[in-house]
Amino acid sequence: MSALSDVSTHAMATARWRISEVAFWVLALACAFLFPSRYLIMTDIVRLGLFALSLDLILGYAGIVSLGHAAFFGAGAYSAGLLALHGIINEPVIALVAAGLVAAVLGFLTSFLVIRGVDLTRLMVTLGIALLLEALAERFSDITGGTDGLQGIEMQPILGLFAFDMFGKTGFFYSLIVLFILFLLARRVVHSPFGLSLRAIRNNPLRAAAIGVPVNRRLIAVYTLAAFYAGIAGALFTQTTALASLDVFSFERSADLMLVLVIGGTGYLYGGLIGAVVFKMLQELFQSLTPQYWLFWIGLVLVVIVMVGRARIHRWVLFVPNLIIRQVAGRKAAVAVPEGDAS
Amino acid sequence: MASILTNLFDGVAYGMLLFVLACGLAVTLGLMNFVNLAHGAFAMAGGYICAVLVNNSGWPFFAALPLAFVGSAVIGIALERALYRHLYSRSHLDQVLFSIGLVFMSVAAVDYIMGSSRVFIKLPAALEGQIDLFGVGIGRYRLMIVVICGLLTLALQLILAKTRFGSRLRAAVDDPRAAIGLGINVPQVFAFTFAFGCGLAGLGGALSAEILGLDPYFPLKFMIYFLIVVTVGGSSSITGPFLASLLLGIADVAGKYYVPKMGPFVIYTVMIVILLWRPNGLFGRTAAR
Repeated sequence: MSALSDVSTHAMATARWRISEVAFWVLALACAFLFPSRYLIMTDIVRLGLFALSLDLILGYAGIVSLGHAAFFGAGAYSAGLLALHGIINEPVIALVAAGLVAAVLGFLTSFLVIRGVDLTRLMVTLGIALLLEALAERFSDITGGTDGLQGIEMQPILGLFAFDMFGKTGFFYSLIVLFILFLLARRVVHSPFGLSLRAIRNNPLRAAAIGVPVNRRLIAVYTLAAFYAGIAGALFTQTTALASLDVFSFERSADLMLVLVIGGTGYLYGGLIGAVVFKMLQELFQSLTPQYWLFWIGLVLVVIVMVGRARIHRWVLFVPNLIIRQVAGRKAAVAVPEGDAS
Repeated sequence: MASILTNLFDGVAYGMLLFVLACGLAVTLGLMNFVNLAHGAFAMAGGYICAVLVNNSGWPFFAALPLAFVGSAVIGIALERALYRHLYSRSHLDQVLFSIGLVFMSVAAVDYIMGSSRVFIKLPAALEGQIDLFGVGIGRYRLMIVVICGLLTLALQLILAKTRFGSRLRAAVDDPRAAIGLGINVPQVFAFTFAFGCGLAGLGGALSAEILGLDPYFPLKFMIYFLIVVTVGGSSSITGPFLASLLLGIADVAGKYYVPKMGPFVIYTVMIVILLWRPNGLFGRTAAR
């Protein structure tokens, strides 16, 4: 009994909101007012952050390596596009949830394929599913528009009140609010007993099963949830840019997503968001340096990160903030190395 | 009837090509449990080496082929010694990230040096056109591929089965720890195998320029094919990947010819079904430990 209460006290303590977290969100909101001319790229970052958050749920918390997460992004993007194009659901928020649900159903169905087998099989199956969907979208071009993508999507105002403007202001606030709500949900989930059991599975599936965690059911549940998140991210993409094309399924999208998450660090939810900001900045920088060959630099970043070691890089990055916290607050550093990198 | 046989032959040629391209990957995966998504980059290197030698320096095609092998093998061993060997004990996630990074770099580098358009290798006149064999049209180039790849496969099988190096390699694949205990220098065996596999990929890349097309995006486009060969075939022998390559080659050619609208759909579906049915591959005992 006491062990149980220890666990719950510990879980409650880690689930408490920290000052740094509040500061993060205040800063995110402040950006909206600081850079009014940069709404489009900031929307891009928010979307990417949500997508990376979704991958973090399965990679950082459940340890599933996926090379085809774009499958759910694409499913969400095309669902939102088709719903708007044919006027089935005109209200963007309801359409967003509907698109997320479509992706979640897809995630649920494919999760049975993914939980089987070892890492390599998982890589192959996830990659295969994304490629399969891309091939399908190309094949049924009368529905999806083929290589041209969905064209002529017109978005209705959000909740009938806020129309999308050409500067992307509405789109940005809409995306940020969606991200925040979904982040709160994800935060609740990973700090719940369910989230703890996921970590147990990531660290050692066999041992988790031995203490009575239903491993497969937990993996299916979190995979479905992550698919839902990715679907929402995809739907946001379609709704804020008013287009959906075949490249939503592309391998590069899944690979970039891994990079985003790795830059930010896995297993503490903020990794995807921070990674998205850094990744977009890097991308802008590289594209301005060498417009055509920026892929090279992205690849170099990946190789360097792996060679140096992910955990070590995060220690370096966090060195200065930790130093400040130690000096100012006079207590142990609150910003720790994300535990997901220990493995 | 004749067209079926011609397609079958094309499929076999394609499959054998895939085998030469992918067998190095099968061995590295089976030996060190290393997920190397950058294998296609070595194939691309071989293809471009051959293209430059033949088109720019005027080498004969058959003299350039061994150079493609050697060039890729040298690049392979350099990267193995410098980078890869530090990652054998890391998680699969690290290996995947690292090799994706390498792929991205190779794509952009080749794009920068050679341009983004497809490269053709000038073939000797003797390899062009078809010959008629019992009423079945057979492309000369594809016939050459079948001959070369068939010989290579035989040679590989002999090396694995009959030589001392082969038995060391097999021992290392079966159980690296026991092999080390018996005094086999496993890292050395691995480095040599890695270089040889990269060389084979380079040779395959040079041969495949005519059939698969050679452009900077080669490693990305065909990554899935190499992985299919390895995962479906398993990595405990070379017979498994060989049969898997033939199956894949024949299925792909037949699929493109008879149901062109389905595109690559058939292959992916078949792959997923096979992996569900036998997660360790059709012929493998343990695809990954």
